Amino acid sequence: MSRLNSPGRVTSTLTYVWLIVAAVVLLFPILLTVLGGFLPSIDLLRQPPNLLGHYTVDSYLGALRQTVVPLLPAFGNSLFVGLVIMIAHLATSCLAAYALVFLRTPLRTPLFWLFMATIMVPYEAIVVPNALFVRSLGIGDSRFALVLPFLANGFGVFLLRQAFRQFPGELRDAATIDGCGHFRFLFTILLPGCRPAIAALAVWSFLQGWNMYFWPLIISSTNNSLNTLQTAVFALRSNDSADPGLLLAGITITLLPTLLLVLFGQRWLVRGFTAGAVK
Amino acid sequence: MSRDDPSTERDVDVLSTVGNAEFTEGPPDGPVTLTDSAPVSPSVINRWNPREVSLTVLFLAPAVVGLGAFVIFPLFQAVYLATMGSDILGNPTRFVGLQHFEELFTPDFGAVLARTAGFTLMVVVAGVVLPMALAVPLSQRLPGMRVFRTLFTLPFAYSASAASVVWLLMLNPAMSPVNWLLQLVGVTAPGWTTDSGWALVTVAGVTVWMVSGFNLLVLAAGLAGLDEQVLEAARIDGASGVRHFTGIVLPMISPSLFFVIVTTTLTALQSLGQPQVMTDGGPNGATSTLVYSIFNQAFHNNNSNYGLASAQGLVLLVVGVLLAAVQFGVIERRVHYR
Repeated sequence: MSRLNSPGRVTSTLTYVWLIVAAVVLLFPILLTVLGGFLPSIDLLRQPPNLLGHYTVDSYLGALRQTVVPLLPAFGNSLFVGLVIMIAHLATSCLAAYALVFLRTPLRTPLFWLFMATIMVPYEAIVVPNALFVRSLGIGDSRFALVLPFLANGFGVFLLRQAFRQFPGELRDAATIDGCGHFRFLFTILLPGCRPAIAALAVWSFLQGWNMYFWPLIISSTNNSLNTLQTAVFALRSNDSADPGLLLAGITITLLPTLLLVLFGQRWLVRGFTAGAVK
Repeated sequence: MSRDDPSTERDVDVLSTVGNAEFTEGPPDGPVTLTDSAPVSPSVINRWNPREVSLTVLFLAPAVVGLGAFVIFPLFQAVYLATMGSDILGNPTRFVGLQHFEELFTPDFGAVLARTAGFTLMVVVAGVVLPMALAVPLSQRLPGMRVFRTLFTLPFAYSASAASVVWLLMLNPAMSPVNWLLQLVGVTAPGWTTDSGWALVTVAGVTVWMVSGFNLLVLAAGLAGLDEQVLEAARIDGASGVRHFTGIVLPMISPSLFFVIVTTTLTALQSLGQPQVMTDGGPNGATSTLVYSIFNQAFHNNNSNYGLASAQGLVLLVVGVLLAAVQFGVIERRVHYR
């Protein structure tokens, strides 16, 4: 049984050769990012860059000390954006999906299609009216301007609705018979039971918020203190004084949480998506 | 599916073994259609409990208000803005009718659309074929495959701006390991981002690299969920090589494939960071795609041409919805759900 899908010697050799070649090509930029931040310009600015050069933390110190685009406030803004969007997506999606699945209400189906329709709207199509709207609210100088349009998400509602619908009906009935109200059922039984989907949405939403680029670019264009790490990286690169080591150190800082999430959170992401969205 | 479906028992099993089951697909539920609703016993179907209705309003309000204010309402606002001319600060001042829409029927904007189509096509084809070419060998039972799979998903961590800046360094003539490699085999590297014939290809290539991680993740999960017995039966029947792949494997992972094609199309269509950071739409507009053009008209260099940008946004909306409709209509009919 265990050899069902085991390839022969020739096939496995070819497999390893192809995978190693692909890994060298596809992963070199990542190696360059992570090691480059610890290398001085003399090691980087040569062809090819010498990744086994003289390691130092000067670029990191430089990246944190430079005052052109302060990185620590940008880190704070990115963390704020990622966490607020994640929590808001979870809260709004859980409640809406619960109402769509477990509450008998008029207009349930049209409302569901309304949520689905919002998934089809490319954000860039409505970015202009949203920018004018948020500016007109007079909160253009507040961190909340970075997250306000993204507190609810149609895809989140869809993902959790799919998960809630697969929740065993017997458990739901047993809880109702025991006199368990909607709030208690939602928070003590349903949500713990749907952990894979919740975790998938949490990881996805954080990545969305943290890696968002177009919107913070607009918001920070009128107020530099609202730079996120993503716009800060662009601003650093537009600044001629930044050498490659400093840029790569800055990028490594922006990558810290996302690399960790991709490394350790990918199983949740895949489970949540394949159970909900793909099927 | 209905709630008394026999597969619900397996749902419970899957939920309780989340921690150790890795990359297994969810339970085989059969097609989940979007319209069937949770079962309601027929006797109460027409009686709305006031408490339940008010609870529903409470539960739906945050999502409906959020999406209404920042997705639905702006659609109408975009139509309004597209018909308005603006003063030097960009404030909408006077009605100009269809003037901005007429500006869409120019050779310049035609070129923008053609570029967007070319870019999207390159990204979708390469961004699906490359991860597939990695996911299939990775699905074999060989030592080290898990390590390789994890490594290949890492580009997923990169944001548009981070990936763009790193690749600008990768292609910078002063240090480019890519150019160095090409030189070894006697090829002179082109001006990746400065040659207008190459810029769009370069930006598409970086986008392919960015999406390859997530697409590999999804396709690998699809391949891991294949039914071994069906594969074995096919092998006994003599299906092998290309025929085995196109005839058996591909149809069996078509839901994952469909998901990857749709998400990659949308990602490509909506890319701003790559053309804006790498080439700023240039050289000579060679990488000015639809989304870059919206950004450029509205926000770049204080252009503040919100009317034209809104009209272009509406084009993006129509293109996005049409593509989604085509993909759901044509492709999904050919998707094989277990």
